[in-house]
Amino acid sequence: MKLLTLNFLTCAIKSCKSTPASFPLHPRDAELEIVEADLNILFLKNILPRLMWDELRVIGSELGLPELPSTPPTREDLVEPSTTAIAAPTSDGTRDAGEEEEEEIPTQTAKDLHRVLLETCIKEGKLVCGNCGHEYKVLEGVANFLLPGHLV
Amino acid sequence: MADSVNQDASYEEEHVHSVYEQIASHFSSTRYKPWPIVERFLTELPDGAVGADVGCGNGKYLGVNTKVFIVGSDRSSNLIKIAKQHHPHSAIVADNLSLPHPPSSFDFAISIAVIHHLSTPARRVEAVKAILTLLRPPTRDRAGSGGKALIYVWALEQKDSRRGWDEGHEQDVMVPWVMKGKKEKSQKPTKGVRQTAEEMVREEPAKPTEDKTFLRYYHLYKKGELENDVIEAGGKVMESGYEKDNWWAIVGNKV
Ligand SMILES: [Zn+2]
Repeated sequence: MKLLTLNFLTCAIKSCKSTPASFPLHPRDAELEIVEADLNILFLKNILPRLMWDELRVIGSELGLPELPSTPPTREDLVEPSTTAIAAPTSDGTRDAGEEEEEEIPTQTAKDLHRVLLETCIKEGKLVCGNCGHEYKVLEGVANFLLPGHLV
Repeated sequence: MADSVNQDASYEEEHVHSVYEQIASHFSSTRYKPWPIVERFLTELPDGAVGADVGCGNGKYLGVNTKVFIVGSDRSSNLIKIAKQHHPHSAIVADNLSLPHPPSSFDFAISIAVIHHLSTPARRVEAVKAILTLLRPPTRDRAGSGGKALIYVWALEQKDSRRGWDEGHEQDVMVPWVMKGKKEKSQKPTKGVRQTAEEMVREEPAKPTEDKTFLRYYHLYKKGELENDVIEAGGKVMESGYEKDNWWAIVGNKV
């Protein structure tokens, strides 16, 4: 399961969901794997404003990953400046989003972000709720949020 | 109350979940074309939107738009193992009445051919409510600015389908899924069981197996019933219609 998923996950128990302590879920005994994927700058730019950066930093440090910067990167941080110039509006002011996407070259920051969010996956382990302590298992890269009957 | 809820859940466990778990690989090898309404909904999303596919099955709709991010969920771990291969999306095992997502966090959601598997009116309304809870609320001054969800269910009115159900027929039915060898010819996606088989051709054809019949529980929706459930769940219907033996609705939260 790619780490980006954790940005959108909390405890499945209803009474937990609204408590701040239930987000993010905390990985425990996690075995990580890298599943390579194509880097898509536009996708990274678009997902940036949705990231709960501080929480992702917590998860990263709990997993023993290299520390994420204290502030999230900006859209500009993801693209090599030389390519940004090429993608600037033309004289008639038009700008083709498709071309822009093709011409942009990812910075190291973009590569690092892609690596952490989309290629770093939890293969085995648990995700623990910080509020109730319930543990959700991750097996073969699949996190399982089915609850036992008494917790539904 | 708690007992009856557990009974309903275990009924669905036997007549829905365990069937999908067993037919997962076959289900995934059968042919499929996306339903136009679902495809349109997903392709019209703005780039970068984030959403949930509640009851994503093998993830057939995760392939439609790779410029958005979708967390798919399903009760069947065998289906999720297939669904999780769709980059850049994600897939988890979860129950649609106990979804592990922070409330109000998604721009969109889809739930295609899912809530008709719930066996009581109360649970079907609860399923709609669970989807509405996922969506970003609308901003006060702009109606329609909040997240929206597409819900798609099997219709009672389908007299031209192979099954021939229509107005007046019993709405709670058991529908056979016949698991045959790979020689089975594909049928038009608009007809019969095949139409609920949400699969793609991406996988290798299933190995030949002996014929085996599984029965799945379905609630067939009458005209207007889905919209009523949405209203009862506290939501708003923005658009709704009928497509190929199914009722659908695009829904959101009230301002
Ligand atoms: Zn919890």
